Order: sequence, then structure tokens, then C-alpha cells
Amino acid sequence: MTVGGARDRNWRYRLAAQRGALAAAAIFAIMFAVYGAAQPTGLSSDVVNTAANKGALLALVAMAQTVPVLTGGLDLSVGMIFMLTNCLASVIVTGSPVMTILGIAGVLAAGLACGLVNGLIVVYGRLQPLIATLATSAIYFGIALALRPQPGGDVNGDFADLMTRSTYGVPSSVVLIVAAVVLIWMPYRNSTLGRAAYAVGSSEQAAYMSGVPIARAKLCAYTLAGLFAAVGGLLLTCLTYSGEARAALGGDYTLNSIAALVIGGTSLFGGSGGVVGSVFGAFVMRTVGDLLVVFNINPVLQPLFVGVVLLFAVSLGSLRLLRVRNKLDLYR
Amino acid sequence: MLRSLPKIDVATLIAFGCIVLLLLLGGVAKPGFLSVDYLGQQLQVAAFLGVIATGEMIVILMGQIDLSIPWTIGIGGMMATGASGILGTALGVPLAVPFGILCGALIGVVNGWGVAYLRAPSMIFTLGMNAVAQGLMVYHTGGFAPQDRATSLMIELASGQWIPGFSNPLLVWIALGALTVYILTRTVFGRQIYAIGNRERAVFLSGVDSRRVTLIAFAFSGACAAAGGVLLAGWANRSYQAMGDPYLLPTIAAIVLGGTNVLGGRGTYLGTVAGVILITLLQSILSVLQPQDYFASMGIKLPADVFRQVVFGLVIIVMMMLYGREKAMR
Amino acid sequence: MGEGASDPLLRVEGVSKHYGGVRALEDVRFSCRAGSIHALLGENGAGKSTFIKILSGVVQPERGRIVLGGMPVSFPTPAAAAEAGISCIFQELSLLPDLTVADNINIADPLRRLGLIDRTQERRRAEQMLARVGGEDIHPAAPVGQLPLSRQQLVEIAKALARRPKVLILDEATSALTAADVAKVFTLLKQLRTEGMAIVYISHRMHEIAELADECTVFRNGRYIETFAAGTRSDDAIVEMMIGREYSSAFPPLGGTRREGTPALAVRNLSWAGELNDISLEVHPGEVVGLGGLDGQGQRQFLLALFGALIGVEGTIEVAGRPAKIGSPRQAKSPQLGLALIPEDRKNEGLMLPMTVRENLSFAALETLSRFGRIDRKAEAEQLDALVRQLAIKSDGLDGPVAALSGGNQQKVVIGKWLMTRPRIVLLNDPTRGIDVGTKQEIYLLLRRLAQQGTAVLFYSTDYDELIGCCDRVAIFYDGTISRMLQGAELTERNLVGAALNLSSAGERPASNAA
Repeated sequence: MTVGGARDRNWRYRLAAQRGALAAAAIFAIMFAVYGAAQPTGLSSDVVNTAANKGALLALVAMAQTVPVLTGGLDLSVGMIFMLTNCLASVIVTGSPVMTILGIAGVLAAGLACGLVNGLIVVYGRLQPLIATLATSAIYFGIALALRPQPGGDVNGDFADLMTRSTYGVPSSVVLIVAAVVLIWMPYRNSTLGRAAYAVGSSEQAAYMSGVPIARAKLCAYTLAGLFAAVGGLLLTCLTYSGEARAALGGDYTLNSIAALVIGGTSLFGGSGGVVGSVFGAFVMRTVGDLLVVFNINPVLQPLFVGVVLLFAVSLGSLRLLRVRNKLDLYR
Repeated sequence: MLRSLPKIDVATLIAFGCIVLLLLLGGVAKPGFLSVDYLGQQLQVAAFLGVIATGEMIVILMGQIDLSIPWTIGIGGMMATGASGILGTALGVPLAVPFGILCGALIGVVNGWGVAYLRAPSMIFTLGMNAVAQGLMVYHTGGFAPQDRATSLMIELASGQWIPGFSNPLLVWIALGALTVYILTRTVFGRQIYAIGNRERAVFLSGVDSRRVTLIAFAFSGACAAAGGVLLAGWANRSYQAMGDPYLLPTIAAIVLGGTNVLGGRGTYLGTVAGVILITLLQSILSVLQPQDYFASMGIKLPADVFRQVVFGLVIIVMMMLYGREKAMR
Repeated sequence: MGEGASDPLLRVEGVSKHYGGVRALEDVRFSCRAGSIHALLGENGAGKSTFIKILSGVVQPERGRIVLGGMPVSFPTPAAAAEAGISCIFQELSLLPDLTVADNINIADPLRRLGLIDRTQERRRAEQMLARVGGEDIHPAAPVGQLPLSRQQLVEIAKALARRPKVLILDEATSALTAADVAKVFTLLKQLRTEGMAIVYISHRMHEIAELADECTVFRNGRYIETFAAGTRSDDAIVEMMIGREYSSAFPPLGGTRREGTPALAVRNLSWAGELNDISLEVHPGEVVGLGGLDGQGQRQFLLALFGALIGVEGTIEVAGRPAKIGSPRQAKSPQLGLALIPEDRKNEGLMLPMTVRENLSFAALETLSRFGRIDRKAEAEQLDALVRQLAIKSDGLDGPVAALSGGNQQKVVIGKWLMTRPRIVLLNDPTRGIDVGTKQEIYLLLRRLAQQGTAVLFYSTDYDELIGCCDRVAIFYDGTISRMLQGAELTERNLVGAALNLSSAGERPASNAA
């Protein structure tokens, strides 16, 4: 085949691989445009900032969820790590700039540690990820509750302001997400451990026979999840200026992160997808809530609409079934 | 594995062993723990979880999962207490219980249809249905706490004792459990459930309609969850927002601690019974032992919930390490 | 042995491996020189798979030594074996379906730059390897799972070669390849042999072994039997070594063509999705009709279409003279139609591996063994006992997991499952692939007996000897349609091959329904 022809095919393959993320991005763009159009002041800096801050929280937790799912696993504790790091931040990310920076480092380290524990239990304990992370989610919630029996605490004001404001119309939270993707995700994606994660999710048996470092890949994946969740926890503290350990909140974030990931095109079976799609999926889910306010629907009905959006997204995936010619493709 | 006699496997044995341990621990920690009355109470509390876990177990055996339990419980409770408002007083009072269960079954049917016919991943689909169920109930109550009261039958079912010595919820659980054991071990449907959990493709090529089996299983799960909600509403004399939320994790934990493989295809009902009793006893022991008082005496003020959660998590990890480990690769 | 015989590059001594109480390997030895192709022969259950799993680090031996290039080695993981220079092409491919061809080829030995994967270099290496194995048409950025099986197998070979191994092991590596691919791979293997690679070749196809091997070793029942130079033993003698008893390569006698009366199955103008085109065929009760032709010409899909597993099938199908709409395997199985399909992949399509032999055997016929949904255990047990005896299924009891059975016995369970439904028409999708010689014989006898009892048998096979030995007629598939029908004296290997390649001799008419 000609060089030009090969390059064409190359682009087509790469595009096909990103299908899910692109679709999620498109849906988000449309929804956000509608939302912005309905605002009295249009897409003002304030409107964008608020939307970005709310969406970024779920986006970070969704990013956290994505990495273990790529390996064919699951992390039901991401919401609780998010809460634990939020409570921890409300305790230690205060005071002088030096103390604040140390506090930030401590919070991120805590997230890494939680993720690592998850990874150790899954890899060396050889427990099913669903069960292992279910158990650790209870433990992390307990720790969060111990840190903050009552909502409260504080955070360094300058730091919080930096993370939550907009500069020249660009929200810091968006910069944070982009930084997380570019500085953490992309190097990971292009590293051997990152590719190994996809391999493990695609077929663990084949990955083993191919000499892929399965244990290290999974450990790294779960640890990275803890890191992303910790960044989210930090951002939450900056937004609320406090820490709160509420079981329902953590559970919600966990389940919503799974939904965001699916909307973003990552397969729950592992092996395909990525963090970028999950980010857009998260923003889609958050924008649903905002659109409800725009259309004057009782916000208490938000779960109904989120649920419908989710069912709709899943059913879209089922449209593929219409083209199925061989029923064997339907069954595992 | 199915045998002509219910065979007790390692996991169930360990679960029952832990139950004995907990009973001893409780007996030491609190006088009267091992009394018939108190144990009877424990079984009554366990029965609520047991009814809910029965349906979920069937779904997990098939290799699926039902995450719509929390709000299906809510629907069961709220539709039962609200039945007279919907069906009118003449029908509403006698039919409250079946109506509540039927609504739960309907949620299950939608779940089953999505998973079996749309081939949607059950985790996501039931998650979505949970949110939809929540939305529907919020709409139904206008966002406020539900005002309806439980019918007298519901109250009877939850707190009465038709057979002396056996609380009614326990009777309900025993009856449901017996039915489930029969289905799983003696019927075509039961074998098909296990087979689907093992290899649905082979089931399809064996000329069995696995989609219908899946749909019925999810309907059953919805009905069981709703039944749990009806019982809860009877117990509290009313239904309340988010009444089912505390039940999702303990349900899955109980099933898994009972030796059922979360990926499907393996597990016995006896194991689930052990798991349910185990979880219930664990929660009781923790409230009896009051570890937070001990820490408070050292000057550290921690809510009781901290210990409940951490111990819950640790127990699951430790027990699963004993019998829930996956095989090593080589 | 060869002139100037050097020390063998790979030497294995006294290796043993047990799984529970089952002896997979007992004190086997093996040696292979650099620059030679050494064939490893044996039935399923002879220990070949376990042996190469040990060599490639997937499994650990309990006893024994492996000496590579004069140094004793041990491989705790597949990565270690690959590091030492042993590359294995497995029968069950070790490819990752969601990753690209380039990713797959490079994943065992990534090329890095600045700590990250160097995709440009990796792509270049992938292209080189693909070219070497004759897969220039495979695009490196294509997701491997979307490629047809024959291309996947080429990628697997390319992947094994990417590490430039000293020892290359091929386990049934050509089973899905087209004839043209196989020729290219053979040329490659001979080239690699000249370059000094030691090649261990496992295959059930005698003609491949005859063409490639320098030496042959036979395993039987986990034990080493003999090593001999290629060509110094007859095929029959080799088979006798493999099965350990006297073996005649005769097939059970054919029943003679009885083709009067209503056909059990009549297919007219069947088409599907562009892969099946206008197929017409009749099978009478008591006939064994074979489907031949090169792999991938639609034979498997045809059987799936008959069994109701495909959507959008056009044309008419008549069962026992009545038109039938077969919309699902459930319908196909129903007593009115009475079809049965022994599928291609017994582990994933024919059996529920963790369930017991009993549960698997009765699964398709459960409705007949039950009333109002309740299983009649006594009836089930009686019928199963009779069936197990009839089929001589060797297992540790009916209540053991079917996963513990050998491949041949597993296939017997699949066949037994369908016999319980008392089918009128039995479809078989390459039933003896990967099965030991002894069980194959039993299956041939079984098919012949079924035919004598009046069942219509339609059976796809990639083995020419089987088609000639078992079938009354053979329909050759080419490009999704039946290009030729062979029977009687015409049914020879030469004609089968010729028809498969769609070579027509003078005066031939393209095939229609064999009337």
C-alpha cells in the first residue's frame, strides 16, 4: 500500500479508537451550549466557572475510576478516597504557604496510599476487585469519619481561591483537569505499565502468556486511581472550605463515576477507553442537573433525569445490536 | 455445585464457624446475648436482609448484579403504604402488600429486559434504574417525607408472631428460602441460572432461551427487594425516604461472604443464609461492644459509626482471604 | 542424526508434572539441535501442551532439568522464558484483542525512548515482522480483535519472532491459516532453520510433519516414547506409537448411498449477509454428508444458519418435507425439527466447564426430563448412565467438573448432550479438531451408527481423510456457495483439493443441488 494510503488508514484507526470520547465530547458541547444560551447573562465567566468547578469534581473521580476499570477491575472506593482526602485536607492544608504545600503533599500521599492498599489486596490478596474495594470503601469512610466526625475544618484561603477562580475566563479547575490529563495520564498511557493495563483488561490470560507485568500494571492502576481521587478531594476542600464525611455523598460519587465512564466510552470489561472520555462523561452528567434548573424542573427530580440519561446512553450502545447478523456475538 | 443433598462447602463452613465465634464473643461481652429472646430478635433483623439478599443472590449467580436494590426497596415500601391512595381504600388496604411487591417486580422486569434483550451491562443499567426509581418516588411524594401509614397487615408481617417463637419476618424468610432452595436445586430454571452464570454462549447453543431466564431472575430480585421494603415499612409503621440505601452493601457482602462467586456460576443458598446471619450478628456485636466509649476514655472522641465501618470492611477482607481468593495465574 | 551433530541447543531431562492425582508428564526427555525442526507428536492428553507450557514458563515442573545452550535454566514466568530466548506460538492465541497489531507484536519486548514507548520504532519493527511472515496486508494500527482468525495467527507468529528467539515452539500454529499462508510460513520456518533457530513443531497433520521435520519425538500418556529421524517410520507405525495399540487407518464401512424418499433436510437458495450465497443441498435420513473446502468459505456459518443462530437468512429450509422457519437454536432443537449442533469451540460453546459432567450431559434435554419445571432425578440418572456407557466417556465420575476431562472426552460429553435430545439431523462443526486419534475413531464409529439408525448427519471437517472415510457425499464450499459435489469414486483427496481451490477440469458443470 502507498505511504499516503497507510497514513490515511492510520488516522482512521486512531479516530475509531477515540469514538467514545468524541461522542461524549459532542454531547457535552451541545448540552452546555443549550445551558449557556438559557442563562440570562449567557456564557459569562461566572457561569462557566461554577459549571467547571462542579464538573471537575466528578471528572476527577471518574478519571480515578477509569484506570482500574481499564484493567478489567473496578474501584468502588474512589468516592470514599475522595471524601477521606477531603476531610484530611480540611485538617492539614492550612496555615503558612510551607505548611499548605506540605499539607497538599500529605493529602496526595494519602490518596496514593489508599489506592496502593486497594491494589495490594486485589493483586496479592487475589480478591475480586468488587469485593475488595467494597470492603476498603467502608474502611476509608470510617477513617474519614474519624478525621471529621462533624463537618468543619478549614483550608488555606489563597490556595482555595487559586484553585476555584477563573483567570481570563479560564477556570482553574479546567486547567487542573487538563494538567492531570497531560502530566499524569498521557505519560502513563504511553508507558509500558499503561499499555500493560490495557493488555490485562483485554485478556489477562493472553497478557500473562505474553509476559506482561500483570501485578505491577494492576498495582499502578489502583494507585493512580487513588491519586486522581485525592486531587478531587483537594478541589472539593477548596470549594467548600471544609471537610465532611457523608456516606451518601461518597457512594453517589462512586456510582456516578461509573456512569460517567460508561458515557465516555470506556468498556466495563476493560481493555478499551480512556480518561478523556470519562472527563466528558462526567461533564455530561453534571450538565444534566444544570439543564434541569434551566428548564425549571424541580431539582429534586435530578436523579430521575440522570437515570434516564444513563439508560439512554446505555441503550445507544445497544443500537449496535441491530446490526448483529450472528447471534453468537451477543453472548459471552 | 448441585447435589442430591445440600452439600456444605468450605465457604459456608467457615461462615458458620464465624457465626459461632461471634456468638461466643457476644455472650462474653453482654449478658443475655445468648438468650433465646435476643437471638430471636437477631434472626428477625436478619430476616429483612435475608429476604432482600435472596433475590440479589439469584442475579449474582447468573453473573449479573442488581444495583437498583436501594430504591426498589423504597418503591416496595412506599407503594405498599401508598396503595390506598392509588387504588382506593377498598382495594388499597387488602392489596397493599402484593401491590408493593408487584411494583418492585416491574422494576425488575425493566432491569431484566435491559440486560437480557438490550444486552446492557447490568451494573450500569440497574444503576440507572435505581436513579429512575428514586426520581419516580420523589415525584410521587413531592419531595417530602411520605405521609402514608403502613396497613395493619404490613405491621403484623413485620412485628407479629403467628407461630409462637418465630417472628413473622423470619417465617417469611424461611418460606422464601425454602422456595429458593427448591428452585435452585430441583428445577430446570435453577440449573439454567447456574449455567448462564458459567457460560451463556453454551446455554444459547444448547437451545435454551437465556434471555427469558435472565428477565425472570431480575423480576424476582425486584420482587424480593420490594418485599424487604414492605417489611421495613411495616416495622417502622411508615415508609421513609432512602429507606433502602443502607441495604445495598450489606446485601452484596452477605452473599459474597456466603461463598457465592461474584462473577456467577457458583454458590449455595445455605451460604447466603450464613452470610446474612453473620453480617447481622456483626452489626449487633459492634453496637453492644461500644468501642467508641473505650476510645473516649482516652480522650479521643470518635463516632460509633467509625468502628462499624472499619470493622465491617476488615471482616470482609479477612474472610474473603480465607475462601474467596482467585486462583493464581499459573 | 545430522552430520556434524553439535550438542543440542535445548535439552530436557527427567521432567515431571502432576495436576492433583493426574500425571501430566512423567520423567520425559527431549532434545533439539540448533538449526533443525523437531516435531513433537502425541495424542491429546499425551502431555505435549503441558510440556511446552513448561518450556515457555507458563507452568512449573516438579522435577527435572532444562538445559539451554549448555546452561541449566528455569523459567518461573513466561517473561523469563522469553528473556532466555524461547518463544512460543500457542494454540490458543496469546493476542490482546483490544490492542493494535503493533502493540501486540511489541508488548513482550517494548521499545522505549525517554522512559516511554517509542511508537515509531515499534511500528517499524511490527512492519518488518509482518513482512517476514507474509502478512504485508495487515495494518499495524488495526485492532487485532477485528482481524479474521487467519490474520490473527500470522500476527501471533510475527509476535513470537519479534524477540529473535533461539528456540521457537509452534503448537498447532497453522490450524486456521489458508493454504497460501501455510506455504509462506513453511518457507519462513525453513529459512529460520538455516539461520540456526531450533524449532519445535507440534501438529496433528502428518503431511505438514513430513514436509518440515528433521526429527520426531513421540509422547504417550505423559511419557517419552521414542525419537526418530523423519521419514524412517510409516504413518501407521507412528500412530501406533501415539496410541499404543494396533491401529488400522481404516474408517468404519460406509453404508452405501440411500437417497430415496423425503430428505430429512432440504435447503434451497440459502443466502446470508454476503457470506453465504445461494446454497442448495439435500440430506436424506441415514446419509452422512460432508462439507469440505478451504477454511473460511462459509461452512461454519452454513451450519449456524441451519441451527437458527444467524439473523437475516434468506432462502427456504425444509425439514422432513415441511417448510421450517428456524429462528433460534431453541426452535431448531424442538422435536418437530429435531436439529442438533456440535459447535466449533467445545470449551466456550459446547460446555459449561465448571459444572459437572452430569449437568452438562443433561442440559439440552432437561425439558424432557422434567415435569412442570421439576427435574426427574431418577430418569436423568438412568439415561445418563446408559449414555456414558454407550459413549465410553472416561471421567472421574459423573459428579466431577467437566473441565477435568481430556479434550476427547469433553467432546464426547458435547455429543452425548445432543444425543439425549434424540435428534433427527445432527450438524457437526469440525468435531475432531484437536482430538486424539483414539477418540476420533470412536467418533467416526458413532457417526456411522447414528446414520444407520436413520439420523441425517451433516459434518464440516478440515481433514480430507475424514471426509473421504466417513462421508457418503461431500459438498465443497467455495466463496460461500457449494462449488462441487463429490461422491463415490470421485471422492478422492486430489478432487477434494482441486475442488477446494475451485479448479475445474474439462466438462465440469458448476455444482448445483446434487440430484
